[in-house]
Amino acid sequence: MTRRLGWAADPLAGWGTGALETVVLAGAGLTLWRGTTCLFEALSFSLPVGSALLIEGPNGAGKTTLLRVIAGLTRPESGSVTWQGSDFRQQLQSGRLRLAFSGHSPGLKPELTTRENLRFFAQLAGQPARVSEVLDATGLGASAGLDVRLLSAGQKRRAALARVLLSAADLWLLDEPQTNLDTAGRRFLEQALGEHLANGGTAVVAAHQSLDFGSGPVTRLALGS
Amino acid sequence: MALNVATGTSSRDAAAEPALGLLALFWVILARDLRVGLRRWTDASNSALFFILVVTLFPLALSPRAEQLRMIAPGVLWIAALLATLLSLQLLFRSDLEDGTLEQLLTLPYPLGWMLLAKTLAHWIITGMPVVLMAPILAITYQLPATALSVLTLSLLLGTPTLSLLGSIGAALTAGLRGAGVLLVFIVAPLMLPVLILGARATDLALAGEDPTGPLYLLGALLVLAVSLAPVVAAGAIRVSAD
Repeated sequence: MTRRLGWAADPLAGWGTGALETVVLAGAGLTLWRGTTCLFEALSFSLPVGSALLIEGPNGAGKTTLLRVIAGLTRPESGSVTWQGSDFRQQLQSGRLRLAFSGHSPGLKPELTTRENLRFFAQLAGQPARVSEVLDATGLGASAGLDVRLLSAGQKRRAALARVLLSAADLWLLDEPQTNLDTAGRRFLEQALGEHLANGGTAVVAAHQSLDFGSGPVTRLALGS
Repeated sequence: MALNVATGTSSRDAAAEPALGLLALFWVILARDLRVGLRRWTDASNSALFFILVVTLFPLALSPRAEQLRMIAPGVLWIAALLATLLSLQLLFRSDLEDGTLEQLLTLPYPLGWMLLAKTLAHWIITGMPVVLMAPILAITYQLPATALSVLTLSLLLGTPTLSLLGSIGAALTAGLRGAGVLLVFIVAPLMLPVLILGARATDLALAGEDPTGPLYLLGALLVLAVSLAPVVAAGAIRVSAD
């Protein structure tokens, strides 16, 4: 499997021979300014099926922003993100791409219980039957009936991870997923990521700490250097 | 911790087919927002309490003569309903933006406008419907005759959803701004004026013993227009707010 990461001016630099059918996620010539600072300029990357992109960099380097650009939440000044060769947002809206996004905010309603929150997302992904199983797997079985506002920060992070697991997504976009997690939680996250990649999924993870993806191939992208 | 959670990527072959039909999607979002709204009932009851307060203050401040009360009733009730709607609008998308729910909705393979329509309907059921239900009871204190009461209720039933839908555009535009309450009012209030005029006019006509169907039909037409257009505009605005 060919893996390449280019900052090159040629946006197709990563499309080596034979990689054409395996590359699923690609960004070409992404440029974004925030105020007077340039977060990234002419940034390109390409990611084959079953691999992960690890976005590294110090605080404020633009890891979250890049993740939001990939998710289509923030528009870059120039450049484009594609999924399987077509525009990312179009693929998302046509249902050909299933995306799990986990940002800074957990995306859970504080007034609803953990189970109610997760059931909502499981229904949207068409697998409501898996809620209990995933709750147990993420170690939230005992607190499933608690309102999310009563959960600890680590438990909220686990619940957000449970939502990702329930999404049946091809692509995971995770922003600092290890934050607030204990050792067991971190191990679980790494296992889940490894399993996702082994199943032919793709992941983009923004992290300032190291993360073990198991045997899955990882591309590293350093921002702010 | 045992990990045996197949991450579900095996379902990729069926990925072109969304998991939920549009009606099921509408229902799932409506049910969730209603549940959140009921858990947060202190917020939800604000606009209903405000409506009661405004409507009951007028007879105290003005003369309690029956004919004068009857004359001002349509205007007072409609203005109170409009202000109650404006009061509730800030809550429409604010918490969704803060807790990350909007990011989740934006990254789903479902039409955003449709989801916002479900959210706006839930918002109207929680904040607007109590106003519609209370209006005829409060209107009795204004000595309104039965025919005018039913026209008033019908006009509110047709008009307040339109107000919520128009308000959803302003709420979507200002969701990301801090302290945008007044700005929101200035954006949406002018759009709401036709609804206010038609609603009060219909009740007025019924009170005078004339045929109120003209303004009622127009209110219905505005509602249809708002249902079909407002969610699309709000969806565009919410993308900007979430950026």
